[in-house]
Amino acid sequence: MYDVAIIGVGLHPFGRFPGKSAVEMGADAIRLALGDAGADWRDMQFAFGGSYEVDNPDSVVTYLGPTGIPFTNVYNGCATAASSLDMAAKMISLGANDIGLAVGMDKHPARAFSADSVEYALPAWYGETGHFLTTKYFGMKVNRYMHDYGISEQTLARVGAKNFRNGSLNPNAFRRQPLSEEEILESRVLNYPLRQYMFCAPDEGAAAVVLCRADQAHRYTSSPVYLRATAVRTRQLGAFEVHGTWASLPVVDGPTVQASQAAFEIAGLGPDEVDVIQLQDTEAGAEVIHMAETGFCADGEQEQLIAEGQTEIGGRLPINTDGGLMANGEPVGASGLRQIHELTRQLRGQAGERQVPGEPKVGFAQLYGAPGTSGVTIVST
Amino acid sequence: VAQVPIAEGLFTWPSDDPRLIGSACEACDLVVFPAQRFCPGCSGDSVTERLLEPRGSLYTWTTQSFPPVAPPYVGDTGKDTFEPYGIGWVQLSDTMMIEARLTESDPDKLEFGMPVELVLIPLTVDDEGNEVLSFAFQPTN
Repeated sequence: MYDVAIIGVGLHPFGRFPGKSAVEMGADAIRLALGDAGADWRDMQFAFGGSYEVDNPDSVVTYLGPTGIPFTNVYNGCATAASSLDMAAKMISLGANDIGLAVGMDKHPARAFSADSVEYALPAWYGETGHFLTTKYFGMKVNRYMHDYGISEQTLARVGAKNFRNGSLNPNAFRRQPLSEEEILESRVLNYPLRQYMFCAPDEGAAAVVLCRADQAHRYTSSPVYLRATAVRTRQLGAFEVHGTWASLPVVDGPTVQASQAAFEIAGLGPDEVDVIQLQDTEAGAEVIHMAETGFCADGEQEQLIAEGQTEIGGRLPINTDGGLMANGEPVGASGLRQIHELTRQLRGQAGERQVPGEPKVGFAQLYGAPGTSGVTIVST
Repeated sequence: VAQVPIAEGLFTWPSDDPRLIGSACEACDLVVFPAQRFCPGCSGDSVTERLLEPRGSLYTWTTQSFPPVAPPYVGDTGKDTFEPYGIGWVQLSDTMMIEARLTESDPDKLEFGMPVELVLIPLTVDDEGNEVLSFAFQPTN
């Protein structure tokens, strides 16, 4: 097994870009990542390309040059980018190749995700009767969680205000307008207790990461970031997940718990050694729940941690320092690579106004989404 | 007006006492909803039809305050006529719960653990003028 280094990251801004295709954004992200790495497209020995809307992300070679490399297209729900990165890392760690990249790109219509429930192994009536909505799942999950562990609506508003505030410091973010807790709590209820300004939105964007064998990283950069662990897990019987007609009882832990535990074990690190964190904040409640599912606190401790400001950029557990999904939106194929872009910038000390103080050395990223899939990545200097 | 179910095999119909139709595994006793051919508990294929309990308790709930995308949704999505609905998870036994629409959508009238019971609700009218029925749970009085 070879160690793997991140030598370059590139990000096409997230937002809405009329007239520009997802594949063009992907090409821009790759060029930025290659430039950051000091590498050439023709050095790349393989690529993985993630997208929901684009059938063939590998068509990006039309703009970059078709070189004949193995280029595998990936879709794995909201964990798509973590899956691309996981497979790219394994190409190197298992010795198949020395250098390659993962890219993600998407261009979603400006509305909630919609699909055919039958394609999710769910009956047609599930969609016909108004069950097939991701947002209502998050409402149901966080409503019960708040009841069980004493989390207040104010805490959800604090998470939202923090993520929009961080987004206002990020020139690549979709929503750069800070929102106060009051504005968030006054926005309309979409799925009780979740309100409009507590949700992220599907949008557009691309991100890319160039990886190589760690023992070759010095050829490209003096500040490599090491990929310490990648882990992807799916739901087990009894988990309470995004789409479902039934669930067995008792409720068991979701895939984020298993992916996080696996990643920490692979990395040989614990949650107390992590300096900067990116979590899947599909909505504000998801960030709160994921804090506990990833192992950074016990269930219920979030109420006090967030009130104390511990999840702010200057806090003990800086979470979603670039504004997370709430401020950046979610181009599904790219979202997780945005997290890696931010962690890499933070660990190199290149995060500008968003820089976590004290020279952060370990970063953690987590994705979660339908139909019950999670991906976790741990990086370090 | 004639009434037809939204899907065959979803609930017993016609019936004065409709029940949701699930399936149970003969090998591991896992009960699932709706009925399916294989058991996700033990991955076996010895499953038989099982009628579910018509009463349960509310595990969790939310409201659907904006119209779902149509299609697939067949209910009213009119800008001025869409009526928000409640949706939740109903525990029907010690070993399983199901997702169901709720007849109540007022957060002040929904409580964790409250008893609820199965009812059929009209969802839309089909091309032949039949009232299309789906299932929901209502608070038990």
